[in-house]
Amino acid sequence: MSSTAVVATDSDKDLWMGGKEPLKASYGKLMMWFFLLSDAFSFSGLLIAYGMIRFSHPAFLGSPDEFVFSQEYWPIPEKVFEAVPFLHGVSLPLVFVGIMTFILILSSVTMVLAVEAGQRMDRKGVEKWMLWTILGGLTFLGCQAWEWGHFITGTDEGGRLLDGSIIFGANLTQNQYGPPNFAALFFFITGFHGFHVFSGVCLNFLIFYQATVGKLERVGHYEMVEKVGLYWHFVDLVWVFVFTFFYLV
Amino acid sequence: MSAEHHEESTVTVQPVDKAKIRLFLKVTLILFLITAFEFLIAFTVGPGIFKTGVFIVLTIVKAFYIVSEFMHLGHEVKVLIWSIMLPLIFLVWLIFALIYQGGELLMVR
Repeated sequence: MSSTAVVATDSDKDLWMGGKEPLKASYGKLMMWFFLLSDAFSFSGLLIAYGMIRFSHPAFLGSPDEFVFSQEYWPIPEKVFEAVPFLHGVSLPLVFVGIMTFILILSSVTMVLAVEAGQRMDRKGVEKWMLWTILGGLTFLGCQAWEWGHFITGTDEGGRLLDGSIIFGANLTQNQYGPPNFAALFFFITGFHGFHVFSGVCLNFLIFYQATVGKLERVGHYEMVEKVGLYWHFVDLVWVFVFTFFYLV
Repeated sequence: MSAEHHEESTVTVQPVDKAKIRLFLKVTLILFLITAFEFLIAFTVGPGIFKTGVFIVLTIVKAFYIVSEFMHLGHEVKVLIWSIMLPLIFLVWLIFALIYQGGELLMVR
């Protein structure tokens, strides 16, 4: 920015005539932003499709206490997601997914601290906070693996299909919790998000490695940390929406 | 490797910006409190337009803090902010169109 040798007056017209950075951001960061914008559209498509398919099924109209799994209506999410590891048979609605939310928010905080350390050329700080971020991401993935395992295995009682048979758990064609579409959307939306978390952890590890071997220090700046940071915060942002529209509403 | 020799001497680590850290902690606290509040509402308020509305507003507040402070977009140039935010307007149409479509599908099912 400061190296530009344009002598003309700083009018708005000059700003876009070249030789300056009108957006005051590097190429890499801009491209990350526009990639994230396109990714936001992908996730919006999935979540809005969830809304549409949900509204195209009858809702459960009785009181939540009387809710039972049925193919006839869309399930109440808090009745589906109420299991917590090591507490078999205890009904703790949304507790586990709440813990997952906190883990992801915390890993977003450690990421922001890694970016801050990078801006101060603090290699030790970058290493420390990137490692915490990676650990947070791996913990989240572990939680999600457990949640998928539970969802696929099903509850002790199972659920009744339209032909009267009992099925345990869910797959892409049959679902004990409600209409098959509910399970399909669960796999698609949390799966697509989980894959983003997975690739985020890989990218974070790559940058962590480059910081550890001193590559970023030799380059002279830690902007790569900021770029993967943007991606990581986006993953957290998407989870905020998934949490609301899949689990809460 | 001569490069490794140079590292320690050339790189100076700047001191921590306390105000920045305080801001991050403040945002973290806000995100935690809103999520906790969402939990409270999930189990105390009956289902309906009001509950859904509160959830959507709180989600957008959380999204604002993440994008503006954690992703630093709030401190970027105005043109950059608008080039990221404006295209999202298309989603408004998609939401109304598909939710309406969903209701119509229920009628013919």
